[in-house]
Amino acid sequence: MIQIVQQLAFVAAIGFTGYLVTKRATFIYKNIFLGKEEEIKGDSAKRFGNMFRLAFGQQKMFDRPLVGLMHFAVYAGFLLINIEVLEIVLDGLTGQHRIFANVIPSSTYHFIVSFFEVMALAVTVSCFIFLIRRNALKIPRFHMAEMKGWPYRDANIILYAEIILMTMLFSMNASDAVLQQMGNEHYPVVGTFVISQFFVPLFSGLSETALVAVERTAWWVHILGIFAFSVYITYSKHLHIFLAFPNTYFAKLEPKGKMENMESVTNEVKIMLGMPVENTDQGNSDEMPTFGAKDVQDLSWRNVMNAYSCTECGRCTSQCPANITGKKLSPRKVMMDVRDRAEEIGKNRDANGGTFQDDGKMLYGDYISKEELMACTSCNACAEACPINIDPLGIILEMRRYVAMEESGTPQEWNMVFQNIENNQAPWAFAASDRFKWGEELRTQETKKSASDNIKA
Amino acid sequence: MTDTNFLKVPTMAEMVEQGKHPEVLFWVGCAGSYDDRYKRVITAFVKILNEVNVNFAVLGPEESCTGDPARRAGNEFLFQMQAMQNIEVLNAYEIKKIVTACPHCFNTIKNEYPALGGNYDVVHHSEFLQGLINDGRLQVDGGQAFKGKKITFHDSCYLGRANGVYQAPRTVIEALDADLVEMKRCKKNGLCCGAGGAQMFKEPEQGNKDINIERTEEALSTGAEVVAAGCPFCMTMINDGIKNKEKEKEVQVMDLAELVAESKGL
Repeated sequence: MIQIVQQLAFVAAIGFTGYLVTKRATFIYKNIFLGKEEEIKGDSAKRFGNMFRLAFGQQKMFDRPLVGLMHFAVYAGFLLINIEVLEIVLDGLTGQHRIFANVIPSSTYHFIVSFFEVMALAVTVSCFIFLIRRNALKIPRFHMAEMKGWPYRDANIILYAEIILMTMLFSMNASDAVLQQMGNEHYPVVGTFVISQFFVPLFSGLSETALVAVERTAWWVHILGIFAFSVYITYSKHLHIFLAFPNTYFAKLEPKGKMENMESVTNEVKIMLGMPVENTDQGNSDEMPTFGAKDVQDLSWRNVMNAYSCTECGRCTSQCPANITGKKLSPRKVMMDVRDRAEEIGKNRDANGGTFQDDGKMLYGDYISKEELMACTSCNACAEACPINIDPLGIILEMRRYVAMEESGTPQEWNMVFQNIENNQAPWAFAASDRFKWGEELRTQETKKSASDNIKA
Repeated sequence: MTDTNFLKVPTMAEMVEQGKHPEVLFWVGCAGSYDDRYKRVITAFVKILNEVNVNFAVLGPEESCTGDPARRAGNEFLFQMQAMQNIEVLNAYEIKKIVTACPHCFNTIKNEYPALGGNYDVVHHSEFLQGLINDGRLQVDGGQAFKGKKITFHDSCYLGRANGVYQAPRTVIEALDADLVEMKRCKKNGLCCGAGGAQMFKEPEQGNKDINIERTEEALSTGAEVVAAGCPFCMTMINDGIKNKEKEKEVQVMDLAELVAESKGL
């Protein structure tokens, strides 16, 4: 009877989790595609290579070897322990216990579960160290203005949750081992495992009923914890565990210094210069395009995916020359702002029957200020630092285009530069006719070449 | 027996008139054309080109800003106007190969002109010098000027991170027999001088320090006598930083071409 109730509860839990995750994933997918379509150019083999190296292999994380190793342990633990979760799910649905123990040789089963336990220990230890790093060591990038409140809690919640999940795994296996020794027939004899054997003494004094209660509680907390976790991450910066893959796949392959050409401007410039214009789409000529980005809808979907993939580690900001010297700009905040605004637009859209109603707000101004945008040196340190190739600079430059072309809001000194380039073909106010003065002067300079030098040359 | 020659700086227009075509076009850039300090860099590079008999030409009065600062400042219209006019000139002269001593011009012409119909083989002068050294056309090993001297190299963002050129400038410095010392933040982790993205042309935003001071302090901490650079903006920023620290007597900021020219006594 209890067995049936457990099975039904399990089906309900997994169904409810599936519903919540699907709902949230659809919402995020729609938010990412608030961004404009963008043609993805370039070699897909290279893209797969990047995904394999950066997302799967976490190559850039190993720039800081110790942290890289711990992060890899947590990630590998997450991936591999999922195989055990598969067994737990099958057990939950069928009402059996350790379903795989019946199908594979017991020595193999013992080895695999022990291996998972070693991973689980590595996860636990790493999470403890990460908690210390975040909370005790005061590493500056974890305590900047944009990390106050929810982002700070979010980071800690995940670490605590991981530790609780791993503790439940050990408790579950340890109490299970004691029940096996007692000869409880529901628990197949698989022996003790490499890590949880040290937890066995904690449980060996308990009665069989109490042990079953402990084992069941640990089992349920573990699996419900995992279900809750999978819903939670869709609201959290930890979405990077999935989005790192498409994010590295779709990341820019071209040199970092390259800015994309604005086709919408090209034809107008050609007309201004009296050049022949190709491919003019007369049908669309009434519609004046917006230049640059003032809100999420003006960005590319790739920019928005970048924002959802960001795990707020702050490596970008810690390398940003503007931020290092006390300016307001923080590339991490730019990414967080894009995500927060995309969420806001998405909620507005869903509340208004699928169409976004103007809420009087914009990404530019309400989230990211002109001061932040203007402080960027376009040095690409942020893009280089990102372990999963997020490109904050692309967003900053796209927003600067809005400031310059739609708002005419660039600083006075820049307006002078524009004027000088237009009038003198140089950013400074020198006469264009003097451009080759240096060469004319050089031509009068004698160079003494000895006859032997000339022969050598 | 000495021969007195004059430095050759042929323009494309003159070349065409004589029915000649250069091996490479030297794109001088605005700083090289107008900035007194960078004119010395251009001079050094022209002397090297003359010394090793490279068949080169410049656009001279027909050259114009690439549009880089306008584009980074958000003014795409102005950028494209500049780019298209430059491409028209370059294509009319059937230019195939370009060398430039400015990483911003280098990045723009190499990466951004193709979308507007300008396709050229573009190299930065550090790569060009490296090529001359590797081919044996340029011999610098005889020079004693920098032997054993501590030189640090400041990576320009638009050469380094933007285009992945880290080794060429270092090869040139090593060829001088100099003692190349790296700053803590170098190569892909190099710290910007503070001038990129059109920052060169405006006051910085409110902060607690100027970026060039932060970088200069790092350069000075290496104990180098020379801070080598490969970019006109970096050169100005680091120079200003060194003046600010009152170290201009002890530490020089020099371009790679100047190092080579000086070691060869040009």
